[in-house]
Amino acid sequence: MNELMEMLKDRPFFEGLSEAHMKLLAACAALRSFEPDVCLFREHEPAEAFYLVRSGTVALESRLPGRGARTFATLGEGDMLGWSWLIPPYRWHYDARAITPVHTVHFDAAVLRDRMDHDPELGYALLKRFTGLIVERLQAARLQSLDIYGDADVGLGG
Amino acid sequence: MSVSAAEPAHEPMAPEPWRIRQVRREVADGEVFTWTMEPLSGEAAVARPGQFNMLYLFGVGEVAISISALADDGTPVHTIRAVGSVTRAMQDLGPGDVVGLRGPFGSAWPVAAAEGRDLVLAAGGIGLAPLRPVVHAVLARREAFGRVLVCYGARSPRDLIFRDELEQWRANPDLDLRVTVDRGTADWKGDVGVVTQLIDRGGFDGRNAIAMVCGPEVMMRFSALSLHRRGIAPERIHVSMERSMRCALGFCGHCQIGPHFVCRDGPVFPYPAMEPAFRVNEL
Repeated sequence: MNELMEMLKDRPFFEGLSEAHMKLLAACAALRSFEPDVCLFREHEPAEAFYLVRSGTVALESRLPGRGARTFATLGEGDMLGWSWLIPPYRWHYDARAITPVHTVHFDAAVLRDRMDHDPELGYALLKRFTGLIVERLQAARLQSLDIYGDADVGLGG
Repeated sequence: MSVSAAEPAHEPMAPEPWRIRQVRREVADGEVFTWTMEPLSGEAAVARPGQFNMLYLFGVGEVAISISALADDGTPVHTIRAVGSVTRAMQDLGPGDVVGLRGPFGSAWPVAAAEGRDLVLAAGGIGLAPLRPVVHAVLARREAFGRVLVCYGARSPRDLIFRDELEQWRANPDLDLRVTVDRGTADWKGDVGVVTQLIDRGGFDGRNAIAMVCGPEVMMRFSALSLHRRGIAPERIHVSMERSMRCALGFCGHCQIGPHFVCRDGPVFPYPAMEPAFRVNEL
């Protein structure tokens, strides 16, 4: 558990959490690794976890009828993965697949959700961090959808 | 060929004839291409990374094109995207054809100011072209710089330019190259997402880093926010602006942004000088 605590303390996402809350997070955490092509989770499955990606690349994918899986984002070292565990009905909204060997810290979100309900300070601290993460990803998705490299992207090149 | 100071050669409004020596297609459909050229006079001014030249296709028109490399003999290399009437016509030219060239013009990337610091280069789309000479300058004196992170975003894998060189950079332990695309393909094994996410993953000391950003304005705005969030002071973030350059000398006003003439005072600016303009629609 000490090893996990040290690992989490280094990450900006957990910066500012109290010692007690860090201990609780570490108690809910375990190291998990995934071989290439293995799914960390699949769309519609119960969302009972979130992850800190320690190394490797994870593809977030949606399946389109007749077109197979389409990657809409990738996550890498230091990224947090998963917030569906925070929002009813607590089911994943997409697939997450390892595209290289992936090493993660896996958090038992079901336990944490229960603790957050009973400890508003913990609940607020984690919600604040996950809301920031959701906003970052939303901004990124908006930029992606704008097709900013279309014909208007001339630069001093044309 | 002889080279002289960094000021435009001869009469700055008169194009000098240059011959295209080599054409390289950067993407499959040839929409982006690179010209290596030589001056018919045998003389050329030496450009600095970040500057641009005015290229004149006789009888068609003139466009501002950034310098994407400096050849071994100091002559500028230009990478062009065929999107307007002039650049589309340029797409049909080949080795031996002659065009007019005025330049080099404008401000340069502050490469010397990056010495002793970590350096973050963020490029979007064809914005990699003006930043490429910075990478070359850094690699030539690698020991003078701290960590060097190159973040490059493009629309799709087929839109990536300088592919061979990207592979060399990726294999070079002196550089940390990260590439992402907005839309992947079935065979794309790299990152999918926007270039700001590559910056957010960090790997540099923001307190002692300098950043240079080139791409669509919305990309530069969000990149500057990400860089600042990672600890880089706004005055150490530099952006390269694109506007309709005509005279390239600060006379005609076509490229004016507030008090700044992009052709003369830019195209490279410290971010705080351009930040107010980024907040004005259609400016």
